[in-house]
Amino acid sequence: MIFSNILIYFVVIPILVLGCLFATKNIKQVRTVVVIGASALMVLALYLVYSFLQQRGAGNASEMLFRYDAVWFKPLNIHFALGVDGISVVLILLSAFIVFGGVFASWRMDPLPKEFFLWFFLLSTGVFGFFISIDMFTMVMFYEVALIPMYLLIGVWGSGNKRYAAMKLTLMLMGGSAFLMLGVIGIYFHSSADPNNLTMNILTIAQNNAIPHSWQYFLFPMTFVGFGVLGAMFPFHTWSPDGHAAAPTAVSMLHAGVLMKLGGYGCFRIAIFLMPFAAQQLNWIFLILTGISVVYGALSACVQTDLKYINAYSSVSHCGMVLFALLMLTNTAVTGAVLQMLSHGLMTALFFALIGMIYGRTHTRDIRKMGGMMNIMPYLSVCFVIAGLASLGLPGLSGFVAEMNIFVGSFMHPDLFHRILTIVGTTSIVITAVYILRMVGKLLLGQVQDKHHLTLTDANWYERLSTLTLIVGIVTIGFFPSFFVEIIKNSLSFVKALVM
Amino acid sequence: MNLNYTIAVLILPFLTFVFLGLVGVKMKKKAAGIVGVCSMGVTAFIAFAAAFTYFFGTDQGQVIDGVRQQLQVFDYTWMQFTKNLVIKIGVLLDPISAMMLIVITTVSFMVHLYSLGYMDGEKGFQRYYAFLSLFTLAMLGLVVASNIFQMYIFWELVGISSYLLIGFYYTTPAAVAAAKKAFIVTRFADLGFLIGILILSYYTQTFDFITLTSNPGAVISSAGGATFLGCSAMAWAMTLIFIGGAGKSAMFPLHIWLPDAMEGPTPVSALIHAATMVVAGVYLVARLFPIYCLEQGTMTIITVIGAFTAFYAAAVACTQSDIKRVLAFSTISQIAFMMTSLGVASQMLDNGVGYMASMFHLFTHAMFKSLLFLCAGAIIHSVHSNEMTAMGGLRKYMPICNWAFLFGCLAISGIPPFSGFFSKDEILVAAYAKSPLWGIWLAVVAGMTAFYMFRLYYKIFWWNNPDYGDHKPHEAPWTMTLPLIILGLLALCAGMIPFGKYVNLARTVEYESGINWMVAGSSVLIALIGIGLATKLYLKENPKPDRMAEKTPGLWTAAYRRFYMDEFYQYITHHVIFAHVSTPIAWFDRHIIDGTMNMLARVTHSTSYSIRRFQSGNIQSYVWIYLIGALALATIVMLCVI
Repeated sequence: MIFSNILIYFVVIPILVLGCLFATKNIKQVRTVVVIGASALMVLALYLVYSFLQQRGAGNASEMLFRYDAVWFKPLNIHFALGVDGISVVLILLSAFIVFGGVFASWRMDPLPKEFFLWFFLLSTGVFGFFISIDMFTMVMFYEVALIPMYLLIGVWGSGNKRYAAMKLTLMLMGGSAFLMLGVIGIYFHSSADPNNLTMNILTIAQNNAIPHSWQYFLFPMTFVGFGVLGAMFPFHTWSPDGHAAAPTAVSMLHAGVLMKLGGYGCFRIAIFLMPFAAQQLNWIFLILTGISVVYGALSACVQTDLKYINAYSSVSHCGMVLFALLMLTNTAVTGAVLQMLSHGLMTALFFALIGMIYGRTHTRDIRKMGGMMNIMPYLSVCFVIAGLASLGLPGLSGFVAEMNIFVGSFMHPDLFHRILTIVGTTSIVITAVYILRMVGKLLLGQVQDKHHLTLTDANWYERLSTLTLIVGIVTIGFFPSFFVEIIKNSLSFVKALVM
Repeated sequence: MNLNYTIAVLILPFLTFVFLGLVGVKMKKKAAGIVGVCSMGVTAFIAFAAAFTYFFGTDQGQVIDGVRQQLQVFDYTWMQFTKNLVIKIGVLLDPISAMMLIVITTVSFMVHLYSLGYMDGEKGFQRYYAFLSLFTLAMLGLVVASNIFQMYIFWELVGISSYLLIGFYYTTPAAVAAAKKAFIVTRFADLGFLIGILILSYYTQTFDFITLTSNPGAVISSAGGATFLGCSAMAWAMTLIFIGGAGKSAMFPLHIWLPDAMEGPTPVSALIHAATMVVAGVYLVARLFPIYCLEQGTMTIITVIGAFTAFYAAAVACTQSDIKRVLAFSTISQIAFMMTSLGVASQMLDNGVGYMASMFHLFTHAMFKSLLFLCAGAIIHSVHSNEMTAMGGLRKYMPICNWAFLFGCLAISGIPPFSGFFSKDEILVAAYAKSPLWGIWLAVVAGMTAFYMFRLYYKIFWWNNPDYGDHKPHEAPWTMTLPLIILGLLALCAGMIPFGKYVNLARTVEYESGINWMVAGSSVLIALIGIGLATKLYLKENPKPDRMAEKTPGLWTAAYRRFYMDEFYQYITHHVIFAHVSTPIAWFDRHIIDGTMNMLARVTHSTSYSIRRFQSGNIQSYVWIYLIGALALATIVMLCVI
């Protein structure tokens, strides 16, 4: 029975919220519904982590837990297959945190709050569905479900040049999907040595390991680029600054916080996991590209003046780090990549939330026109500093843990080439410090630039709740990394691509 | 008693930080301050207990066969990279860490107490105490670190608490800029540290200090013959780690942040930028000293950089007019003494006297330099200016401060029986033992030190008697003078401790060290010459100093402008990196990469636009297209058939 599986509820709850939202009549009801929905997802995610640990503790060492499998379309052997390992579990937890924070960050959504939350929860359905699927078909389906609402969310509720941004973002990501689709179909046709027994199930494909090497050379780049576009890989990252700048707060949060992780997770789960040979042979090309992302994004962020652009380029740099670490193919580096996904998700969502809150008050995002916010809105400013410190890798916050796993893990790679690239990557910690402190210095410290800002108020209760949720996540990872490292590491022993 | 209670010195400041950070704003200022001071007092007590148990106790296996052991009294696995590479949060007690526990908690407690008076009435008083606790936590964590990664973690925390405290007056643009500069310069150096750790751990497969230093030969040979750009991998690792240390310890050319850091509150300068954080680099080199010993190339770099910095900073200090800047450059110079001393040390030369001297000077310097800074704070507190020109004749108004400052000056100049004499003498002995060149070099710098310190002293307390008007300078409240008196006594006596018996390279209990009267006599002589010169020039107001400055305009201005190092960095960061790297990259991103994407879209758009006429809905044009198409097909078919 499908409803006895916990995973299905990650899709059912958002769909139920959608249904209830249709029936709501006023803003109060809308809020009640979305808060209940987001809290239910949060509780469910925490419970999932708990029961996952219990099962692992009880000695269940199989690759994926909470498996469910039902035939969906017999002729193509498409199944509705669910299952999670440590990596998906932590990413589901991340998504739940960010959906929760996002709901409160868009508490006073105007206009059309009901429609906004409809799309918002449709997007969440896609995100959760993607993380719980282990069938390529359902994965791609949920992937598209997560992408499409973005167009409307930016196009309708965005600001600035929103039509252009929405169109650009959607088209570029759809372009990536085209590559991806090609890759997925290619994988399907080589999924098994027996042509009568083709499958979409990634576990079976990985076990068969039947994709010929010559095909891997073609399919690996297809899938990696396909997901890499969403992971803001250079040179396919330009949707990110424009898209984030135009998107409303909660959408930026969800997009940078979770959706970009779909890219990294997909690269890992489909490209690297299914094609270990090509991953080892071709990783140098993509390592160079992602290495460029890391440094280039950070350097670009140094001269931006719009808060959202700074953060978008910073995301390019940090997400570049995720893909970079995945390609290093060492156990520790991949652990670091997953931690970086968590860390970047939380801190960038916090950043976008805070930028949205500040923008909502000052009506400008230009750092040259602001200053001295620390005196005017101390709570938001302190949160901003915490997000900044997490971003520049302060020990005790999440960024440090992730970066150190990445650097130590990458540097363990036996090739000198990889080690030299790692050193190039480490320079980002200095550049990050430069743009973060520049932003903090101009925006929060110093004298108040505009007299009108003196009358602004500090955070409301719902804004506090939204930011606190994310900060709790950041600090928890920063202080107790072992907990997450353990969960992630025991899922990596099945990955054939890893060199050590 | 089991020594693992030492971990409390980390837990207590951490709890204080969290407590004051979260609920401090709601507390009364006095209450927050008292919480901070009490917590620090207890921390100091625990640290002293641990250090004394370590040095004088016997029941924990502190001494075996006449050698002090390295005791790992606490151990907690924080994060595991691989089976061997593990970050632990541990407490390692050995002579240098126990000595540092005493230094840090003493100075920190004095500064906590002093700040009650100095920061009275400041906005953000609670925040100040929260940050002080954070700093103390970070610094103590750094010195008791049992592995190099733990050290790196606390190293970063020290950096951030320094940032927060320098930028304490965050509405002043100068303070914000100084804090940013300090953090970024040290972060840049930390990059070296990090890469050094990566290389070191790649070959040795361990972070643990005891494993690393107990068999340094194995560490060096673990890299095999691996070389990079002509130097061995280990030489790279150790030099890069030293760069990390050089950044924190403000060695040339990474010193530029320290003088600017004086924008922070003065007690902070005393604690962080004089006594504790800035010696972290020296401590790092001392911690890994057995490995450095075997890398002679790196040791030469350390010596040369140290010796040059000592001279450079002393030269600049002779011309500065802001009293905190003089002290800042003097700090740079003194730390460079310690660094040089480590650079020239080795087990062969006089029983490793350089190592012992460096640690000894670190110890005494912490006492007298924090004393000098706290005096400067008291002076600034009463005159409301940092500039020497606003001062003069203060000895009448502030007698306690006068005496304390004089004690500090005598100590730093190396006049017996003040503490600086003993430690500086050992450094000179070590330098002479290595090579007379370094000995004479450092002796000259010591003379300059005496000169600029007494220039400072006379300019503040003698020189002239300006009219202070209604606002007469006055002695500070007891919370401020009490630390001055205590530290003044320490500056007087700290040198009498038989330091070598507790801290030396081989960690032996028996250690022979005596004063080398030849070296000591000449160094005292040269210090007296420096003091004499300063007395002649600055005791009473006279035009001679100005005339001397006018006679050598280029040199004087260059020294006053710190030999244009700041301008150089300004040029590199703004005109090279920002203007010629970041801006072009941003442009490239907007116009080339994004332009390509937009062009793709435009091409698609215009292609569709041009072929849309095939779908006009006009029946006549359909017929035309149909006819032309049919004709063309027919032609092709005909041609193929024929």
